[in-house]
Amino acid sequence: MTEPFVHDLAPARPPTIPGLGRPLRDHEMVISMGPQHPSTHGVLRLELVVDGEIVVDVIPHMGYLHRCFEKHCEHMANYQQVIPYVDRMDYVAAMNMEFGYVVAAEKLLGIRVPERVEYIRVIMAELSRIVSHLIAIGTYGMDIGAFTPFLYCMRDREHVLDIFERACGARLLYNYMWVGGLSHDVPVDFAERVKAFCRYFRPNIKELNDLLSHNKIFIERTANVGVLPQEVAINYACSGPILRGSGVKWDLRKNDPYSVYDRFDFDIPVGRGEHGTVGDCWDRYMVRVREMEQCLNIIEQAVDQLPEGNVQEAIPKRVRPPKGELYLRTESPKGELGYYLVSDGTPSPFRVKVKSPCFVNLSALPAISRGAMIADIVAILGSIDIVLGEVDR
Amino acid sequence: MIQQEIHEILAATFPEAILGATLEGVHDPSVQVAPDHIVEVARFLRDDDRFQFDTLMCLSGMDFTGGKLGVVYHLHSIAKSHKLTLKIEVPVEDPRCQSVESVWKTANWHEREAYDLIGVVFDGHPDLRRILLPYDWDGHPLRKDYQVPEFYNGMKVPY
Repeated sequence: MTEPFVHDLAPARPPTIPGLGRPLRDHEMVISMGPQHPSTHGVLRLELVVDGEIVVDVIPHMGYLHRCFEKHCEHMANYQQVIPYVDRMDYVAAMNMEFGYVVAAEKLLGIRVPERVEYIRVIMAELSRIVSHLIAIGTYGMDIGAFTPFLYCMRDREHVLDIFERACGARLLYNYMWVGGLSHDVPVDFAERVKAFCRYFRPNIKELNDLLSHNKIFIERTANVGVLPQEVAINYACSGPILRGSGVKWDLRKNDPYSVYDRFDFDIPVGRGEHGTVGDCWDRYMVRVREMEQCLNIIEQAVDQLPEGNVQEAIPKRVRPPKGELYLRTESPKGELGYYLVSDGTPSPFRVKVKSPCFVNLSALPAISRGAMIADIVAILGSIDIVLGEVDR
Repeated sequence: MIQQEIHEILAATFPEAILGATLEGVHDPSVQVAPDHIVEVARFLRDDDRFQFDTLMCLSGMDFTGGKLGVVYHLHSIAKSHKLTLKIEVPVEDPRCQSVESVWKTANWHEREAYDLIGVVFDGHPDLRRILLPYDWDGHPLRKDYQVPEFYNGMKVPY
């Protein structure tokens, strides 16, 4: 005689989710957002633990673009060959990635570069910062539901990419700044073109403000959303527009100047909570818009002071750096980009570690999204402005 | 405050935790700390009014070769505007050290990365999982003796 079938009525053990740290409660549900989701700006997967429409917790999963470039660097023949790899971290602001690396490598190798190189680097880095912020602003508008500003931003970005293309032939990944110099000198009409861009772009910032920044719907979606208090931002080591959006007046170009940034006169915009609380999404967004104006100020001053010189005279032929290590940080559009370079006395680096601002800023996402609505997650993530190439490295 | 003074105060406060220091002739002066005392040293550096190291700029896992792994902490104080580097060394057979996640929240992901790529295990970390590599990956790629596996889940690794 066979055993009678008995229903197992004992409740199943609630599922545990790696990273949540506790079993799922009743009424809670897990939604996977990404990796192929337009508002995650690349391949980021967020596991949202939701109770109805309220987000209880966020568990980010990344690494889809991980290529362990730090390991590649250890196999390079010299410090110069690392530059194409750093280009591919934050691929919308490759100039700033190169800038940080070459400044760090030059300090480790003990190279002084000509003044002309420093000025061209600053101009390129600030143009690149404008490009990065334009993409951040445009795609943020698109996340929230405004399509037109994105097209306007892309239109203005083209002008900067044309300048880059005329200088080094590439539009996205430049390999332009080399340790000790530049791959090419700028073309003869560079100064006029850059000045013409500044004249052209300044009114467009006002247009952008009229169209998006002070738009009622946009403010409703972003003000008082994802508030990041100052002390939390510092404890999470947030940097760049995220930290400044929370009201901390901290910019490495002013507070810990590198290259020739101490020679220029510019302001550091910070979040003031004009439409809500200090440190909300609107503040972070607005810091970027105001920073673009300051970039134009720096560019105009640098172009006026641009000295003559040979941009390749300090490029070393063969280099054997002294044994040593240093950590050097620069202000990339996303925040504090740090390079930790260790040399064991051989021509190739012993260790290259990158402190990526996007990685660190993204780690604060769960802290500021708890209790938000699902639609707000899109707004919060967009306001952090991540590039997954840099998060995953 | 210059690193010399910081080291003197630290060595006087934690005689058993501070193992040494490299202060001269380097770009970044560093202080060597015992792996099981790093949390108390870190908390002291953050909370003491003379230091106020409120930011952990960077946390890097290291393979020093010769059977030693390690962690390097780059600290910075926004209030006081000074910097300090802390270093710890752990043997490769038993690479355990304490987690500073309770002091600086930013250490959470940095420590996961160091665990993922170097294989340092952080005791007291609330959620020590791999972060960049797949969760079922074998090995720690940034170790100097790392061999690329031939297969991953039955798929040939093309490299």
